[in-house]
Amino acid sequence: MAEDNRFAIKIITPDRVFYEGTATMVEFNTTEGEVGIYKNHIPMTMIIKPGILYITDGDDQKIAALHAGFVEILKEQITILAEIVEWPDEIDINRAEAAKERAEKRLSEKDPKTDIARAETALLRAIARISAIR
Amino acid sequence: MASMRDIKRRKGSIQSTQQITKAMKLVSTVKLQRSKAHAEQTKSYFTCMYDTVKSMIVKAGALDHPYLKTGASDKKAVIVITSNRGLAGGYNSNVVKLITRGELAEKKEDLIIHAIGKKGRDLLARAGYRIAEKDYSEVIEEPTYVEAMQLAQELLKSYMDGEIGEIYLAYTYFKNTVVHEPKLLKLLPVSLEDERDIGEEAQDAAQNALEDKAMMNFEPEADEALNLIIPKYVASLIYGALIEAVASENGARMQAMDSATSNAEEMIGKLSLQYNRARQGSITQELTEIIAGAEAIS
Repeated sequence: MAEDNRFAIKIITPDRVFYEGTATMVEFNTTEGEVGIYKNHIPMTMIIKPGILYITDGDDQKIAALHAGFVEILKEQITILAEIVEWPDEIDINRAEAAKERAEKRLSEKDPKTDIARAETALLRAIARISAIR
Repeated sequence: MASMRDIKRRKGSIQSTQQITKAMKLVSTVKLQRSKAHAEQTKSYFTCMYDTVKSMIVKAGALDHPYLKTGASDKKAVIVITSNRGLAGGYNSNVVKLITRGELAEKKEDLIIHAIGKKGRDLLARAGYRIAEKDYSEVIEEPTYVEAMQLAQELLKSYMDGEIGEIYLAYTYFKNTVVHEPKLLKLLPVSLEDERDIGEEAQDAAQNALEDKAMMNFEPEADEALNLIIPKYVASLIYGALIEAVASENGARMQAMDSATSNAEEMIGKLSLQYNRARQGSITQELTEIIAGAEAIS
């Protein structure tokens, strides 16, 4: 039964093949909101927003922080072209906390010179990192 | 015939040169192995990126998107990737020739050179090309994706502002350890006719993938997705070119040093022969003189 629901997943970054294996469900955050993908999804390309990536394979679940890139979904294969993606053990929690504070401060100050979009992305990224560890 | 001392001195100097070239060859062999492994690891990302963007453009072909048509300006930005150091055979001059001799050669004044690598920058500056102020030469020592992204963002900004109409990329494609081809690639506007040689099998795969993906949907809509993906596409092509250029540089240097070492070997052989002949000659001469002297006495 479980065998039938599995599909191939491949996550590649500019520097390495981050993950290659099978999964029954993949969840991540996109520009259109959070999505969960099962097998036999219609072919689709989506743009990633910073968030947590869950790879569920039967009872086994893997978590990673996924920050930028895009996803290509085919019926039996999902390819994630990630610019930045990290496993929880690669994340420096202190740095992420500091980045979160910095971004929050920038956003709350409402300085007209701040690049709001950039600060927001930084905040999302920091939150994704922190929640990936937890 | 040169004297024994001259020959000996010459031989000594060639020997020490040979030691240098031999050491450099060993160093670049090690570096090549590392950069080659890196290039192979990154390749899947670019093949995938290239396929996806191609299929997007097929899908969005009728779109009137700024990234898909030539900008209003005649100016063309060219990213030239060379090395910071010499002694790599024709590696640097081959890349420079792409600019000075190829299709871009006609309108020299319209080109803006964004040089990565001191050698290419100096050669083109001497040939009278306009060099962009910002220098990225340090990047080639250890290319990172972030740096490629910065350069891409900067170029895309001036592209969108209408300061430049086209963006080209000149680099050396790393086919295998012995074959490196200088390549000129049009980054923007993205066109389907653009023949990026990503290896034949990869191209076949791209063709197959193209058929598979005919039904591809986009979320957000294709034109919006293009806005987001094209910058990533440009950045990744620049990064891929950097990685391949580093591998090619080390490959070219290894070859150049290898042939320099064997040339030195050959010269040392010749000189040894000359030296031995000269020594034999002087011994014979001495003997003749002694015999002649002895005969004169008796």
